[in-house]
Amino acid sequence: MSDRDETASAVEIRNVVKVYGTGPGAVRALADVSLDIRDNEFFTLLGPSGCGKTTLLRIIAGFEQLTGGRVFLFGDEIEGLPPNRRPVNTVFQHYALFPHMTVAENVAFALRRLKKPEDEVRTRVGEMLELVKMSALAGRRPAQLSGGQQQRVALARALAPHPKVLLLDEPLSALDLKLRHTMRVELKQLQEETGITFIFVTHDQEEALTMSDRIAVMSDGEVQQVGKAEDIYERPINRFVADFIGETNFLGVTVESILGNRATCKMADGFAIECDAVGAPPPGAAAHVSVRPEKMTLAAPGDGGPACRVKRLVYLGTDTHYKVALADGAEVTVRVQNAHETSISFRPGDAAMLRFDAGAAKFLVD
Amino acid sequence: MEKSSGRTAGGIGRGRALLLTPAMLTILVFMVAPLCFVGVYSFLTPGTYGGVVWEFSTEAYIQFLFERDFLDETLVFTSSYLSIYGRSIGQALVATLACLAIGFPTAYFMATRPEHQRNVWVFLVTVPYWVNLLIRTVSMLFIIRDEGPLNAVLQAAGIIDEPIRIAYTDFAIGLGLVYSYLPFMVLPIYAAIERFDFRLVEAAYDLYAGRWTILRKVILPITLPGIVAGSLLVFVPSLGSFIAPDLLGGGKHLMIGNLVALQFQGSRNWPFGSAAAVILMTLVLIALMVLIWLKNRNRVEGR
Amino acid sequence: MASGKKRDLRVYPGFRGMTWFCMALLYAPMVVITVYSFNSIRSITTWGGFSFDWYVKAFNNPSIQQATLNSLIIAFAAATFATVLATSAAIAMIRGRSFRGQSGVFALLNLPLMIPEIVTAVATLVFFLAVGIDLGLMTVFIAHAVFCIPFAYMPISARMEGIEGYYEEAAQDLYADRWASFRYVLLPMLLPGVLSGYMLAFIISLDDFIITNMVAGPGATTLPLAIYGKVRTGFTPEINAISTIMLLISCLFVTGSYLAGRAGKRRGEQR
Repeated sequence: MSDRDETASAVEIRNVVKVYGTGPGAVRALADVSLDIRDNEFFTLLGPSGCGKTTLLRIIAGFEQLTGGRVFLFGDEIEGLPPNRRPVNTVFQHYALFPHMTVAENVAFALRRLKKPEDEVRTRVGEMLELVKMSALAGRRPAQLSGGQQQRVALARALAPHPKVLLLDEPLSALDLKLRHTMRVELKQLQEETGITFIFVTHDQEEALTMSDRIAVMSDGEVQQVGKAEDIYERPINRFVADFIGETNFLGVTVESILGNRATCKMADGFAIECDAVGAPPPGAAAHVSVRPEKMTLAAPGDGGPACRVKRLVYLGTDTHYKVALADGAEVTVRVQNAHETSISFRPGDAAMLRFDAGAAKFLVD
Repeated sequence: MEKSSGRTAGGIGRGRALLLTPAMLTILVFMVAPLCFVGVYSFLTPGTYGGVVWEFSTEAYIQFLFERDFLDETLVFTSSYLSIYGRSIGQALVATLACLAIGFPTAYFMATRPEHQRNVWVFLVTVPYWVNLLIRTVSMLFIIRDEGPLNAVLQAAGIIDEPIRIAYTDFAIGLGLVYSYLPFMVLPIYAAIERFDFRLVEAAYDLYAGRWTILRKVILPITLPGIVAGSLLVFVPSLGSFIAPDLLGGGKHLMIGNLVALQFQGSRNWPFGSAAAVILMTLVLIALMVLIWLKNRNRVEGR
Repeated sequence: MASGKKRDLRVYPGFRGMTWFCMALLYAPMVVITVYSFNSIRSITTWGGFSFDWYVKAFNNPSIQQATLNSLIIAFAAATFATVLATSAAIAMIRGRSFRGQSGVFALLNLPLMIPEIVTAVATLVFFLAVGIDLGLMTVFIAHAVFCIPFAYMPISARMEGIEGYYEEAAQDLYADRWASFRYVLLPMLLPGVLSGYMLAFIISLDDFIITNMVAGPGATTLPLAIYGKVRTGFTPEINAISTIMLLISCLFVTGSYLAGRAGKRRGEQR
């Protein structure tokens, strides 16, 4: 993913609040969400179900009205506009293809509603079907298409009227695994080809990591962290993000001293480790650090790292996951790539030593 | 910044209200208003040649139970109108029970057919209900009258020598009522039994219960809501029935429906007819409230 | 699939027999009258051969012809009126959040179903006369149109509830205004329900007797009224013929309504 220059915001979301109902039974779907989505960006809203990502998408589309805050599209405030007057189009989770129309008629729908001349409609429909490789099936009805094909038509239909922003509401969730992988690549390519801002909603973190320029991790109606995939993965801000994206281990430590970008901490069994000082509490405080499993490795017992005992292992071919117990009983997962001839060096019950680089352990805001 | 969209919490949007207006207006003007008229008329005095005189009077209601002695204007209790109501309730009850006796086994049988067959059965039971009630009653009369096929067959078979008088009796009316409303006993019970989990039956059988015990103690209580619904759907229309008593009863065995109609056609006593109608509506209302009460009680008891 | 033991359990002796009795009871009268309508001679006990004579005789009668015409005109008009109003009401009721008084509106919409027909009949009569409307074809039309609304409403609202909300959202998203969304997306999808409702309303109007009897003026005789009048004076084979025709039409329309409703459901299930 190349670096993008700071272009104007495609979509600016400022302090958006969404509450359903009133009184004690009111549900707060979004609490003070602010985001800045750039032009020509593949932006993903990632989070578990109920976190508010779909609500936010629907507010941008115009299907929900916000309770508070403002939304801007290329500088213009869009809140007062109904969906049919926003230059924004949506790919729905269940595709919502009109069952009584053919593929071509579906794709032509928006253009016809905009009263475009018929030859322009025909040309554009042809272009779009070419783009998603569905030209041969133009005369079919949606019921005659497979899930993947329906999704392509839904894409073509949403892109046909030249939207400024394309919203995608978990479009891949109904597809089977292999198709999903294929479509991820196609969607990414589509975004790069068309240059349109894509706002993508998903609960699948792998999808988010592979496709996005930037990701906003959401939970409970709030944005937990925004950033590039690498930033979010390597430097999770808090426990939720660290746990939601990929796997991580939490180690309980007490801070001893801080020097430059390293914080020396003591683990439960007294062993001292060097942590990344970013976000470290003052010396004397107790805290948790997160260490990714793949940042660790196992070695024969010694002084280089905390002592542990192997409890069980899972052999995955490419790597081996070891579940080890520390001296205080805490369980840690270690992911060791099977790069050498002997894949499994430790067996359950063996004593071993944890090793990881200085700075691999990161502090989190709880 | 609060967003105002012309929609208050809990209120209906302007556009939707507009869509509802034609239907609502039509029903209010041509259904609710007329009913109000009837209510009001029941408290007025009858005009000489029909219609009403705008003078308040409870005479219509009094007329139900009492007759004014011709000479000294004292009230004498008369049971003729009461008996019509009593007979109607009786007929409706009998019809309901008969429908239950026929309908429950039928519904049970239908519900235990294989999946694809069931739709056919439901269709077969539904069609007669939607077919012209007048024609169906006429057909029934055609069969049971003295010169009709039923008597002809019985005579030809030597079972009887002379035609039996079936038509123009209370029995004929009952038969007509059952015939008219039977599908609406079958369908709700069918729906209830279809939802029934037959594994409960297996469990009961495991515990050594016999078939009929299972029916009584397991199936019946669970399908009770369907039975109640079906019973009401037979009882209420039977109560206000007009065609069956008129055609099959020969105009001699009056039920409430006939009584009401008579006041507006022959006797021309509008207030009395209105009062009769009001009392009928009250009975229907009571029956409906019984249904709701039973439904709620059932729900509370956790099924 | 079902073990022998289980099959025994679900079967009750006599239930099958009762079912056949029930079916016989429901269909016998209609079958019998149909059969007799084709009997060339006017006898209960003897079959004189298959003949359409009575049909010809019945429909050559000018009063029957007028009654048929009246019935059809009113049925078409009342069904159309009721269907349009019911569709409009269904859209308002089912799309969007629930609103205050929604169950009240629902009760009103179904009011004609809950009131005994004789009460509706006299109430309508009283209303017309009190307001000063002369009894005639128009009064029958009005009474039918109102009475048919809940019957049209039932299949339409059922179909409506089966249509997911995201189709209209997609239409709006693609720049359709309210009318275009209705015309190009909702209505085509709703059509099977509308058709089903129309057919039900039509047959309810065609078949109605009690209300029509009360509010019809001179010259506004409908087919059911004509049959009733004839039966009072005694049975003739013409009555059988007319009855059979009406039975046939009823069955056709009810079946049609049912199939239209099913077609809609099947189409909706393909996704």
